[in-house]
Amino acid sequence: MTVPETNPGPAAPGGAAPLPRRSSLPRRLLRNPMAVVCLAVLALVVLASVCAPLLTSASPTRSSLNDAFAPMGGSHPLGADSVGRDILARLLYGGRVSLLGGAIAVAVALLIGVPSGLLAGYYRGRLDAVASWVASLVMAAPAIMVLLVAIAAIGPNTNAAMAVLGVILAPGVFRLVRASVTSVREELYVDAARVSGLGDARIVRRHILPVVQAPTIIQSAQMFGVAVVIQAGIEFLGLGSAGQATWGAMLNDAFANLYTAPGLLVAPGLAIVVSVAALGLLANALRDALLESGYAVPGARARREKAPKARKAARASTDPAADTGADDGDALLTVRNLKVTYPSPGGESTVVDGVSLSVRRGEVVGLVGESGSGKSQTAFSVLGLLPPEARCEADRISFDGRDLRRLDRRSLNSLRGRRIAYVPQEPMSNLDPSFRIGTQLADPVRLHLGISAKEARERALALLERVGIAEPERVHDSYPHQISGGMAQRVLIAGAVSCDPDLLIADEPTTALDVTVQAEVLDLLRELQQERQMGLVLVTHNFGVVADICDRVLVMQTGRVVESAPVRRLFTDPQHPYTRMLLASTLEDAPPRTPLPDIPPTAAPVQEKV
Amino acid sequence: MVTFLVRRVLAGLVLLYVLATAAFAMMSLTGTDAARNVIGTMATQEQVTAKTRELGLDRPWLTQYGDWLSHAVRGDFGTSWFTGEPVTDTLLVKAPVSLSIVVAGLLLATVLSVALGVAAAVRRGSLDRLLQLTAIVGYAVPSFLMALLLSATVAVQLGWLPATGYVPFTTSASGWLQSITLPAISLSVGAIAATAQQIRGSVIDVLRQDFVRTLRSRGLSERRVLFRHVLRNAAPPALTVLSLQFIGLVGGAVVTEKVFGLPGVGSTAAEATVNGDTPLVMGVAVYLVFIVVVVNLLVDVAYGWLNPKVRVR
Repeated sequence: MTVPETNPGPAAPGGAAPLPRRSSLPRRLLRNPMAVVCLAVLALVVLASVCAPLLTSASPTRSSLNDAFAPMGGSHPLGADSVGRDILARLLYGGRVSLLGGAIAVAVALLIGVPSGLLAGYYRGRLDAVASWVASLVMAAPAIMVLLVAIAAIGPNTNAAMAVLGVILAPGVFRLVRASVTSVREELYVDAARVSGLGDARIVRRHILPVVQAPTIIQSAQMFGVAVVIQAGIEFLGLGSAGQATWGAMLNDAFANLYTAPGLLVAPGLAIVVSVAALGLLANALRDALLESGYAVPGARARREKAPKARKAARASTDPAADTGADDGDALLTVRNLKVTYPSPGGESTVVDGVSLSVRRGEVVGLVGESGSGKSQTAFSVLGLLPPEARCEADRISFDGRDLRRLDRRSLNSLRGRRIAYVPQEPMSNLDPSFRIGTQLADPVRLHLGISAKEARERALALLERVGIAEPERVHDSYPHQISGGMAQRVLIAGAVSCDPDLLIADEPTTALDVTVQAEVLDLLRELQQERQMGLVLVTHNFGVVADICDRVLVMQTGRVVESAPVRRLFTDPQHPYTRMLLASTLEDAPPRTPLPDIPPTAAPVQEKV
Repeated sequence: MVTFLVRRVLAGLVLLYVLATAAFAMMSLTGTDAARNVIGTMATQEQVTAKTRELGLDRPWLTQYGDWLSHAVRGDFGTSWFTGEPVTDTLLVKAPVSLSIVVAGLLLATVLSVALGVAAAVRRGSLDRLLQLTAIVGYAVPSFLMALLLSATVAVQLGWLPATGYVPFTTSASGWLQSITLPAISLSVGAIAATAQQIRGSVIDVLRQDFVRTLRSRGLSERRVLFRHVLRNAAPPALTVLSLQFIGLVGGAVVTEKVFGLPGVGSTAAEATVNGDTPLVMGVAVYLVFIVVVVNLLVDVAYGWLNPKVRVR
């Protein structure tokens, strides 16, 4: 007898819940075959129960010992039970009891939960505090205990027990409604309504109820199913109203005759399972329909989508920007004609399109562009860290002469962390919150270098000291939430260089940091790079960073490299209009984070002339 | 951490007190003639009055309540109005039976739901659909119906396992295991469905986290990332669901015990409820809330162990 807690549907989380379009929801629901089947089944159950006297002339309670265990057919279409009562009649009339009981439980839960949730969510304050406290108290009480005590006190009465169940379920409704209200309450259109002088009742009716409605309907369907199950359980135990034909009582009769007539289980069992499954599946279908109408495809994806067509046309006329900075011969990393695509609602969206680059040992190559230009995706492709749904093609991705795409997972893992390392952008989210810093540093070192725990600890401490952490011992024994963002980024850099890699791929390593810390972290990266003669791919949108540290720069726009040049030439003589635009916006001290639509991506890419 | 636990223990005791008081009030203030209930409808009015005095029901409510409470805090819940046995003794005898099937059901549910949930999160596809099917079955087939079906097929028809009866562990370990297998399976089905879905969801959430990508970039094997890091971080929400399921199983056990003829708290509770045996109902109520409090406390401790933010202050 569990009472599932409904998650506040799509209307609740995040606060930015769009209003479900009310007209389209039922239509969407009817397009789902599962929903149609469920609705049909439920309609059938309701109809059969309501029309029971029309469907059978037999009495559900009159027993006749002559008919005991009568087989199907004749005057008993589904046979008769152990005392000769007609099974079909009991099934049909039992449906009435189940439906009534479910309706009582849901009605009581809604009558208590919806108004209290609305008031608590809308007015907050002390009312909310008290209501929430009561709700959590009722929720903490085991449902079975409340039901047993109530039945013991009131006496066996199915409908009363269902009303008590409604009280038990009410806190779930309260929480859902309260969460939904709290999330829309702060929306601008609600503010606007308030400012324009609409009364509270009107605001609730016009703006809040529609949002609460859909998740509450879903929850009601689930609660109805729970109520039918619990009611059957109560009747099975003999704690329901006496002398009624119910599905639970039918199960009880079947149980009493389990050895002689197990077939008696079939009718009530199926009735319960089919009705409850229909309710549960209907709730699922409702949620799906709601998600479909509520959650639009994120804007970023849609924006990316428009580009490929234009780019394809462009590629036909111009050569892809080739990065000729290094000969393949002495290149540490070579990427040729890399293409990364993601499945999207409209087919495929290409996020990296024909990117080529190479990095020599000890060389610092910058990948510059606004967000969404494919820099990070390029970096992830090299590391084999693209999400599973991404598709990655390339003529070549090789590291130190080995084709990375041909490596099995084990060989790739022996390179990752050991010879190619990665520094992520967001320091705090890139450390596992459940493990100490020291463990997270030592694990890969032990794995790759095969050294003892003690040596790994010493190495970790030395690394922490090297990256400029004042109290390496303390940080070593700390959890990620106990250190600052700047420190976390140093820890991540320490982790990246822990096995003396040949190539470091840093994905906007300073973006998430304070300005003062940015310079320090950048200095650290440069020092480490020079000290260990690493190749470094630095993904950034910041030309200041580029000027500081890079030898060569690739400028990316919407998945393509538009210009590639040594850093000095890029600053003194930018060729591509997009590069000039980026440089100009940097000089104006406005980081180019937003798309710059003035420059069509079709402008001819500028090759580096060596 | 210590102050945190002390606070949780106190909160649990408050819950126990509030709910026990509410239950006592409900049992004694609903106006049913308890004494007549006990001695039957045939009794004369004099007999009823005498019984009322004997049971102490003629005293003011607060006196009755104070009397019950002062004994209850010492672990004495009075004697059953019907059997005359001390309630505490009855519960101590019956609780191991109920807890056997509930704990076994929970273990089964934990193992299977973790396996199913993690596999579905990592592989998706057909496992996802299997999970959805399990969820619907778990929701629509109540544990007592599952118990009836298993009893009718596996026990009665096939005769593989006993249909009724309980063998204490101290008598025979294998007999005990046989007697609790079917009850535990029927209890676990619903819990598996709910928990596996939760685990799938939280594993998928953790797999999307940045630190998982960074761990992979360090060359850690997929298995190590999954079992050491992802599972550890996905555990807390799963734990919450499992604790809720445990409480649900304690309720489901009431009906399951009847199906399998197990002499547990559940069958006692059902009987006491029908009879209106107030001391026994109260004892069962306190037992149920006590289990909830203990489970919640264990979950709090486990949270502290899993989540360093709770532990280190």
